[in-house]
Amino acid sequence: MLKPAEHTITAKNLTKTFGDFTAVDAITFEVKKGEIFGFLGANGAGKTTAIKMLCGLSSPSSGEANIAGFDIYKQPEDIKKNIGYMSQHFSLYGDLTVEENIRFYAGIYGLKSTEIKERSVALIKELGLENYAKRFVAELPLGWKQKLAFSIAIIHNPKIVFLDEPTSGVDPITRRQFWGMIYSAAAKGITVFVTTHYLDEAEYCDRVSIMVDGEMRDLDTPTALRTKYNLPTMNDVFLHMAVRSKRSE
Amino acid sequence: MVEFHNINKSYGENEAVKDVSFSVGEGELFGLIGPDGAGKSTLFRILTTVLLADSGNVLFNGKDVVADYKYIRENVGYMPGKFSLYQDLSVTENLKFFATIFNTTIDENYELIKDIYQQLEPFGNRKAGALSGGMKQKLALSCALIHKPKVLVLDEPTFGVDAVSRKEFWDMLKSLKAKGVTILVSTPYMDEAELCDRIALIQKGRILDINTPKGIVEQFERQLFIVSNVAIYPALQALENNPATQNAYSFGQEIHVYADEITSANAIKQVLENGGLKNPEVSVGTPNIEDCFMDLMVRGNLEESAHA
Amino acid sequence: MKQFLAFVRKEFYHIFRDKRTLMVLFGMPIAQLLLFGFAITTEVNNANIGIYNQSPGQFSNDLVQRMTGSDFFRLSANINSEAEMLEAFQTNKLKMVVVIPPKFEQNVTAGNAKIQLIADGSDPNLATILTSSAEAVIMTWMKERAGTNIQIETIDPQVRWHYNPELKSAEMFVPGVVTIILMLVSAMLTSISITREKELGTIEILYVSPLKPAVIIVGKVLPFAILSIINAILILLVAWLVFSVPVNGSVVLLLFEMLLFIMTSLGLGVLISTVADSQQTALMLSLFGLMMPTILLSGFIFPIANMPLPLQVISNIIPAKWFLIIIKNIMLKGIGMAYIWKETLILLGMTAFFIGVSVKKFKIRLQ
Repeated sequence: MLKPAEHTITAKNLTKTFGDFTAVDAITFEVKKGEIFGFLGANGAGKTTAIKMLCGLSSPSSGEANIAGFDIYKQPEDIKKNIGYMSQHFSLYGDLTVEENIRFYAGIYGLKSTEIKERSVALIKELGLENYAKRFVAELPLGWKQKLAFSIAIIHNPKIVFLDEPTSGVDPITRRQFWGMIYSAAAKGITVFVTTHYLDEAEYCDRVSIMVDGEMRDLDTPTALRTKYNLPTMNDVFLHMAVRSKRSE
Repeated sequence: MVEFHNINKSYGENEAVKDVSFSVGEGELFGLIGPDGAGKSTLFRILTTVLLADSGNVLFNGKDVVADYKYIRENVGYMPGKFSLYQDLSVTENLKFFATIFNTTIDENYELIKDIYQQLEPFGNRKAGALSGGMKQKLALSCALIHKPKVLVLDEPTFGVDAVSRKEFWDMLKSLKAKGVTILVSTPYMDEAELCDRIALIQKGRILDINTPKGIVEQFERQLFIVSNVAIYPALQALENNPATQNAYSFGQEIHVYADEITSANAIKQVLENGGLKNPEVSVGTPNIEDCFMDLMVRGNLEESAHA
Repeated sequence: MKQFLAFVRKEFYHIFRDKRTLMVLFGMPIAQLLLFGFAITTEVNNANIGIYNQSPGQFSNDLVQRMTGSDFFRLSANINSEAEMLEAFQTNKLKMVVVIPPKFEQNVTAGNAKIQLIADGSDPNLATILTSSAEAVIMTWMKERAGTNIQIETIDPQVRWHYNPELKSAEMFVPGVVTIILMLVSAMLTSISITREKELGTIEILYVSPLKPAVIIVGKVLPFAILSIINAILILLVAWLVFSVPVNGSVVLLLFEMLLFIMTSLGLGVLISTVADSQQTALMLSLFGLMMPTILLSGFIFPIANMPLPLQVISNIIPAKWFLIIIKNIMLKGIGMAYIWKETLILLGMTAFFIGVSVKKFKIRLQ
């Protein structure tokens, strides 16, 4: 095992059971600081349950994990302070303005009011939303909402950001702009943990893991996975692995 | 079979659909391809008589969807975008209910849904809410088919569904098409476009292009260069800073550059090397649907900007 | 017809598979009834009162004895001056003072005697109950004296409780609880069940199906109508068995009127669902648009006669007001259609209006 400083996520035999059902079955992996980590799996493969554990929202049944330097059992509150989260469904408050949303989320992460002001101005400028700062978020197109949501998810400079299908339904150009933002966040040292149904996006990740039936079946760089299975795209790799799932019903 | 003529529809100030016309032939598998908010659901709702257009008209088998709405309702099978069945009813109960309200029985049209429904039968008593995403989809499709509609209208049936279930779903559509069902389907996934007979690319309520997937690709008006063996983001930055190569988009480990006819592979190589990238590989490639969509978006100035 | 039956069957599945709906449907009515019956009883026992007797004599002493001898009151102080009375109220020692003015003895026999009942107004409900109870005692006392030919009938209390002389509170709240339950179950559950289909997206399929809007509406409301009637009968049974509140009038007439009021409520429920897009909105509209006015303005809790004029006017458009009059008349007075035809007609008109509007507003399309 590498030194903890180099890893923002280490999980060892992490398991979650609900009664007889093992949703997540002893997954073991590590994620480096600043890495873009793709977390793939079919619906029902256990992705959501795993993410909930990693975010400190639900306690594992067994196994160990250290997230952002904190123990998953003993320090879930510290974990929450040091991560960011955004999902397809997490779409800001439509009835608050762009500025108010930024202020609110910066506020709940305990940023000082001068900091909030500075970052809010910088963020609005970066996204080109100067003319929209005082408009309600509900009026923005989906792609902009998602970009804004991502910017807000990392406003407190978290060590890790979890992205759950962040680009679902977004047009192809905006989707690429979104990935541009992910890259620059990773370049600043933020670890990115991302799920997606667009398998071409899996190619943008540094490493990709594939969950099948609660187990982590494989984990490697996209190139290595394609070479290993001798398939041309990540889509083919995914189909090849997931099609053998027993939990399809 | 289905003809849209100059359809307009606004919600308040928001123009959801603007002057859309297209037609779908009998037995065709027609795809409406575009992101969320492009106007796909609005068009389908107008066709299925659930929504009225502000102007323009839609004909279904020669009948107007407003005046003859009853005829359309009897002959269309519709699966709405957010449709999720009755969660507290079992698989059999759901199907039985939809069969009855459409004045038919499961037995009567069993032949049409047999292949799909057989996969569900082992779970006949399970509540729809307890099914997996893929299974729910199959049940929803069975419910939409139960009255043997002439036209099947599916609004984003594969949205948020994993790649395996999506593939299965498209296989089902293919076999339905073989049985002669006309199918209109919408999707935000560009890779599904290739599975349709003809497609309409739609963005911000406007049709960008209508053609066969092959025809759309052939109409790509620019040169496509594929850049590989580079670090994606530095390369993108280098390319975007040059006006001749500014339409550069990542595709996995490669970058696609849309350039005009006078640009050469060597010129692009030069741009990359000037940007500090070593040994980039540049070759001429054939575009896919997503390339065409993005190129049309850029040229139609229909990027999703906040300056709507 | 087959379509309709399939629809109704589906609705029953929804109802019986959802624990929360069942709780609202059957748990809450019984809970409310018992709560009103046992916990928030409006009966008064052994309230501390004072007597300010400025005309001691045979009659006044006898009356005071009668009052303090009842279970309602306990004599805790004899008052001798107005200042003393004021102090007793301020220190919260007394809830009511009976003032017997000078010359009461002479006036009783002359037929124009007066008695003043002064109650602590800081608790208006209690004050009303205390004065009413006192009036009831005085009235009984009066009637008994009448037999002995002493003319004292002219003592004139302000409020009469003709049909509930002992102020038995169970008889007062059972009609009110029935009213609220019928309104709640019919309107709220119907509107929620329709808006749920909007949220699920299934409503679009129903629109697109050959089902006529009328079939959808009737299919939605019929199960709740049936369950509401069962509910109402259940409440009447509990009222009769647990609180000994009988139906004095015709049970058939009562059931007919109940059915009418259920129709009114169902119409309102459908109306709500045509304007609400989510279950949450439907719930809020039902609670604040229907329940609050029903509880506050129908005359169930606060007598309409005591309301400010604007509220009295508004109370006329509350269907529950008219139903409450009807149900009280049938249950407590035991009178028939001859006396309640006007209220019935008003309710009928309202029902026709609500159902008409909601059928018209219930579109065959979205938006």
